[in-house]
Amino acid sequence: MTTALEVASAVRDPELPVLTLADLGVLRDVEEEDGRVVVTITPTYSGCPAIDEMGADLRRSLVGAGYPDVEVRLSLSPAWTTDWISEEGRSKLAAAGIAPPSRIGPTVAGPVPLNLVPPSRQVACPQCGSLNTSEISRFGSTACKALRRCHACAEPFEHVKEI
Amino acid sequence: MSFDNAYESLLGGEDAHWAFGTGFSEALSGVNREFPAGVDREALAAYCLMLGDDALIFSQRLSEWCSRAPELEEDIALANIALDLLGQARMLLTRAGEVLGRDEDALAYLRDEREFRNVHLAEIDCGPGPGGDFAATIARLLVFSSWRLALFSRLRGSADPVLAAIAEKGLKELAYHRDHAAQWTVRLGDGTDESHRRMQAGLERVWPFVDELFATHAVEVTLAGVAVDPASLRSEVDGVLEAVLNAAGLTRPTDTRAARVAGMAGRDGVHTEAMGFLLAEMQHLYRSLPGAVW
Repeated sequence: MTTALEVASAVRDPELPVLTLADLGVLRDVEEEDGRVVVTITPTYSGCPAIDEMGADLRRSLVGAGYPDVEVRLSLSPAWTTDWISEEGRSKLAAAGIAPPSRIGPTVAGPVPLNLVPPSRQVACPQCGSLNTSEISRFGSTACKALRRCHACAEPFEHVKEI
Repeated sequence: MSFDNAYESLLGGEDAHWAFGTGFSEALSGVNREFPAGVDREALAAYCLMLGDDALIFSQRLSEWCSRAPELEEDIALANIALDLLGQARMLLTRAGEVLGRDEDALAYLRDEREFRNVHLAEIDCGPGPGGDFAATIARLLVFSSWRLALFSRLRGSADPVLAAIAEKGLKELAYHRDHAAQWTVRLGDGTDESHRRMQAGLERVWPFVDELFATHAVEVTLAGVAVDPASLRSEVDGVLEAVLNAAGLTRPTDTRAARVAGMAGRDGVHTEAMGFLLAEMQHLYRSLPGAVW
């Protein structure tokens, strides 16, 4: 029988189906106790409408794999960061035409610095690899993505923005 | 599942699979929500209502711009910001509701105007309707997100672990909101004569509601260590706003205080005329069809 961790790790993200919830870093913990499975997930954004769907998908997959007693817990802290997207997840995003986020490192205490111009991050075009790209909009089709444009191949593309 | 009829395929099986927004579970479902010892629960609930109502009401205002923004990308941006704030509101109202014995829907849809605790800045009408302007909405977003960001930055150290976690999560979102508003403020203020004039007018529109943000309420005094005293945020927020206005070539308005009613304001449940109209739109469906889900 597949372990509960293996089953949960294979569940895909409803909005970025190229990634599993484990790739995305949303799956925080899977515990098995006397046939009962406790899964802990963390939301990407406070208003992420997919969080219920993630829980339902996890429950459905685990029940289907022979774990009838499933509890899904939500953990808000530590807050999700795109740094938790795995290396494999980053490769999968790029292969799907979505630019993965840069690494941002640990957050520092104290006031958050103001950015009066968009940060000039080097985001490579997932189609042609050019670094000559610019931001169209910091807010995209889902809370976690920004819209960019490549000036080399003229293709627009999505970018999982750093948070 | 049949695909002959679009509605059948949407409604068949597990509805949540097809349309986000149906059958939501509670906002803090599965979060450890024990109350820390020694915290005044009634005051904690009142505080969560204050911060939750700010987010809920401003989210409603931002949502009004959906399909009305000057460009498509901005439609998406304002809707995304509204969604972040709605998420924050749901968690905060749920936390308050644990003490008050009401769920987030009851708190959002079944309270009357005098029971709402949001600041006036969140509720005033800055458009898209008559008399409003996109620049006024950007001015409000700049002030609101600068203030809430400074607040959440300190709230990370709250003695209530749930509030601290909500703040830690929301902080990252608010940083994006503030940067977005700041960049628009610079673009409009430092743009054409017309965009400069309208951005300045937008600032004049919202500035009378700025002082209320920094007025300490009795609930915040009661909750020392749990709540943040907003008066302590003033110099940081002023510094941020000054940096943005300087970069945009805009003048800081001098009128910072709107009239109160018998000394009371939003935190006391006394609201501006716009609030009743806002609530009528936000609540009418749920009140017309009690128990409605969508």
